[in-house]
Amino acid sequence: MNAGSAKTPKLGVQDATKVYRTVSGDLLALDRCSLDVHANEIVSIVGPSGCGKTTLLWSMSGLHRLSSGTIRLDGREITGPHPNIGIVFQEANLLPWRNLDANIHFPFEIKGEKPDRAWIAHLVHRVGLDGFGGKFPRELSGGMQQRAAIVRALALKPSVLLMDEPFGALDSFTREEMNRLVEEIWLDTKTTIVFITHSIEEAIFLSDRVVVLSARPGRVAKEYRVPFARPRSLEIMATKEVFDLTNTIKMDIVGERIRPKARERGTAEIVRIRP
Amino acid sequence: MSGGDAIPEFPKSKSGAKAGDGHEVSLTNLSAFASGPGIRSGAEVAAIIAVAVFIIGGIELALRLFNVPHYIMPGPSAIAYALYDEFPLIAPHLGYTLVELISGFSIGAIIGLMMAAVITQFPFAEKIVAPYILILVTTPMLALVPLLILRFGFGYTPRIIAVALAAGPMVMINAATGFRRVDSAKIALARSYGASTLQIFWRIRAPMALPMILVGLMIGAIFGLLTAVGAEMVGGGFGLGNRLTTYSSMIQMPQFFAVVLILSTLGILIYVLFFLIGKKWASWEA
Repeated sequence: MNAGSAKTPKLGVQDATKVYRTVSGDLLALDRCSLDVHANEIVSIVGPSGCGKTTLLWSMSGLHRLSSGTIRLDGREITGPHPNIGIVFQEANLLPWRNLDANIHFPFEIKGEKPDRAWIAHLVHRVGLDGFGGKFPRELSGGMQQRAAIVRALALKPSVLLMDEPFGALDSFTREEMNRLVEEIWLDTKTTIVFITHSIEEAIFLSDRVVVLSARPGRVAKEYRVPFARPRSLEIMATKEVFDLTNTIKMDIVGERIRPKARERGTAEIVRIRP
Repeated sequence: MSGGDAIPEFPKSKSGAKAGDGHEVSLTNLSAFASGPGIRSGAEVAAIIAVAVFIIGGIELALRLFNVPHYIMPGPSAIAYALYDEFPLIAPHLGYTLVELISGFSIGAIIGLMMAAVITQFPFAEKIVAPYILILVTTPMLALVPLLILRFGFGYTPRIIAVALAAGPMVMINAATGFRRVDSAKIALARSYGASTLQIFWRIRAPMALPMILVGLMIGAIFGLLTAVGAEMVGGGFGLGNRLTTYSSMIQMPQFFAVVLILSTLGILIYVLFFLIGKKWASWEA
């Protein structure tokens, strides 16, 4: 790589701005949003709903075009879908007419490549889906579908994995399990992960850094480093540090949302909202 | 790897499956009665046969009891005998009708499918064409048969055209509904791997549309059969429809009903054919 590659972020978002043109006028979803994600890092993005989290992620994936600003992968600007970027979508987004094997082979089919069977077998085993290859998505639970989707996203060995609220539809136990699975996979592959969620606990448990976006138009409002060593156990979630961090982030998000109103009534309102 | 995390969950009752996502298709609804528990038990088979015997026997008995003459309503036994006796004479006509149906339907279905695939790619064009498609769907193509006969004579040609005109729009309108079922997440998935428009069509749009396409093909085939028989009744000296007019004009009611029986069997076969195709290729939707 070129000089100064140590400083080049894996994924660099620079002044990302996205305007959606709608019938009722322009909607500014992202406003000069800048964010660096470094190699082998797990970064979570949280923020009030509608703040442009998904827009940001889709722009990182090259599926959306930014109105202005750039997104660079290893210093090179992304102009469209990139083979080194894998995506896990909201809900598993498996193709219901294909069984799990065929779903996992889908990326290779599109690329016209031979599936890397050893790697797929390794991933399938890693997520605990051995023996389910012939099953159709509807025969599996939401958690298992999402496991298959993770395998599919990692099948082409991307260097960046984008996850768009992947576990939002799962119950909290399955969700914790999936979070640990993501960490395991990360320990295994060290894939750089950008993780969008509206669960602050999930963000803290998984991430090296939690980025808080402001309400629309989205901009990076705050950033928190999560100092715990990996592998993390669920017990860290009960520590005071995590508790405080959770509340701080919650206040960032809730504060964002109520600020206009609070300003009218006086800032004391913010304090009273605290749980 | 820590084992606890790798333990697969047991499939919960379709919690993740998109149960009823608003895309239920009439093919699967229609098939509800046939898709029950599969192989029926002996008692069920016996009950089904008993009811059939009771109904058919009851009709036979009632017709005989009230001395209903054959030219008004022949009994099941007379119809069965006529079917057996006349079948060698009817069989060629069945062949003619099948030729018309299969060729007309194939032409109509291929054109309908292609038009649906093309038109749904251009929403603007679709809006312009929609009213004409609606006219094609709602106009009974039988009405055009006399005209087609004037132009093309009494051979296969006007009938095949009529069948194609009847089946094509049905296939098209249903297939278009299928192609319009765009799931943007699935298309985004394909695009994220760099899929071309063509790949997206064949690997996402077409399979997603398949259940609706099958419904269209089934309705189209049944409309085609209707139109083929109707066209045969209007003019020309061959085909099952021609047999219907001939037998009724000669008051040969058992033979007439034998032909009706053949026609309903054809209709059922069309249904079963598409049902089985749907079960094999579109069962993921059920």
